[in-house]
Amino acid sequence: MVKSVKFVLRYAMVVLVIGILWKMLAVSLGGIILPNPEDAMGAFIAAMGTQLFWEHFFVSAYRAVTAMAIAWFIAFPLGLIMGSVKRVDNLLAPFVFLTYPIPKIVLLPVFLLLLGLGDAAKIAMIALILGYQILVTTRDGVRSIHPKYYDSVRSLGGSRWDILREVLLPAALPHGFTALRLGTGVAVAVLFFVESFATTRGLGYMIMDAWGAMDYLTMFSGILGMSLMGAALYEIANLMERKACKWMFLRGK
Amino acid sequence: MLTADNLGKKYGEEVVLDNVSFTLDREETLAVVGPSGCGKTTLLYILSGLTEAGSGAAMLNSVPITTPTPDISFILQDYGLLPWRTVIDNVALGLKVQGVPKKERLTRAREQLAELGIVGRDDDYPANLSGGEQQRVAIARAFVTRPRLMLLDEPFSSLDALTRERLQRTLLDVWKQRKVPFVLVTHSLEEAVVLGKRIMVMSGRPASPVAVFDNPGFGDESIRDTEACFELLKELRRTVENVW
Repeated sequence: MVKSVKFVLRYAMVVLVIGILWKMLAVSLGGIILPNPEDAMGAFIAAMGTQLFWEHFFVSAYRAVTAMAIAWFIAFPLGLIMGSVKRVDNLLAPFVFLTYPIPKIVLLPVFLLLLGLGDAAKIAMIALILGYQILVTTRDGVRSIHPKYYDSVRSLGGSRWDILREVLLPAALPHGFTALRLGTGVAVAVLFFVESFATTRGLGYMIMDAWGAMDYLTMFSGILGMSLMGAALYEIANLMERKACKWMFLRGK
Repeated sequence: MLTADNLGKKYGEEVVLDNVSFTLDREETLAVVGPSGCGKTTLLYILSGLTEAGSGAAMLNSVPITTPTPDISFILQDYGLLPWRTVIDNVALGLKVQGVPKKERLTRAREQLAELGIVGRDDDYPANLSGGEQQRVAIARAFVTRPRLMLLDEPFSSLDALTRERLQRTLLDVWKQRKVPFVLVTHSLEEAVVLGKRIMVMSGRPASPVAVFDNPGFGDESIRDTEACFELLKELRRTVENVW
């Protein structure tokens, strides 16, 4: 109970500080380009009462969550294998590290051509960008596992399967979850970009459409909606990490 | 019976272990003393089956040790407890690996922990425990599989003096009940005298035995206060001063 009150207070404090800074900026800019925060909040609350806003919100959430799940379920096991099997790493690492610095976002037109204008291309784009981060972080995390933990299980007669179950998987989970948690920001940023093209649904579309129409209050409703979604995804990833890796969050550790 | 016959090991061109031979009967303990980094740990890795010997052979009850086996328990230098597993799961790990059903392995692990004075800490993680408690958990994990041989790699080196003495007594108590032979590697001469029925002094790298001492006072709880202990320590000190 105390924890959840602290959690809400923490967020309320951040919102308050941002609100004050926003207000100061809005006043200094005359309140036209940047609307007053109370006006934007009013428009946001009003938008939340409409079906259209939630359609945009859930379409965006569906794209982001599906992409994150796909990225996790492909990149995490691959990172685990690359980090633990030298032969696989020797084979795949050059591909990964040569393509890692390429800005994958520029491939969006190719994805749209290959996968069509629907959700598939957008989800694939987000998953690809996020997947790289999870893959590299997990692979590096596995490589940093101290050999004593392998020896510990092997000395008890443990097989490769036992090492996977007792060492690799639990030791790699925090790395994978950290990448996923930090990746939520990237996922939402990419989401905004991919929703600017070939769609009429999603918060990204809502923002760009309102911007084009110079409807800044609706635009800010979309921005606040996207921020809300980003914060929710971050906290969900955070909660999953805390549940799956309890040992990382021991009191006084 | 454990037999080490002319064991040797090279890493690249560097010889770390050379010509190590000894036998260890049931109900015996062997303390191996040598300077830090001389190759004592390598000896234990070979005896545990984790590392292959470069030359010679190690055998437990006439069976060559080539891979780790449930018959041999190995307490690694800094315990080797898995930080992501709870106390009870760490202790039960060896049984899990052997395929012992969950209910049985948890019962046995709990009994073993209680025997070593760890009660009500099942769901804690190793990071919640003090160094002494972690060592007890490591000893519990080693004994719970009912091994025929125990290997201990400087098990008490990171503990304060009082906790170290307490745990040495605990180890001796468990040994007296189970009579499982153990090989203990240490750089502390005093620890060797307390825990070794025989004491093998190793040279610096490459590690090779230079002397073996019998310890007639072994098992005596107040061995530290005896004249025999003092004399043995003096003799050990004279030996190591010449070779370390």
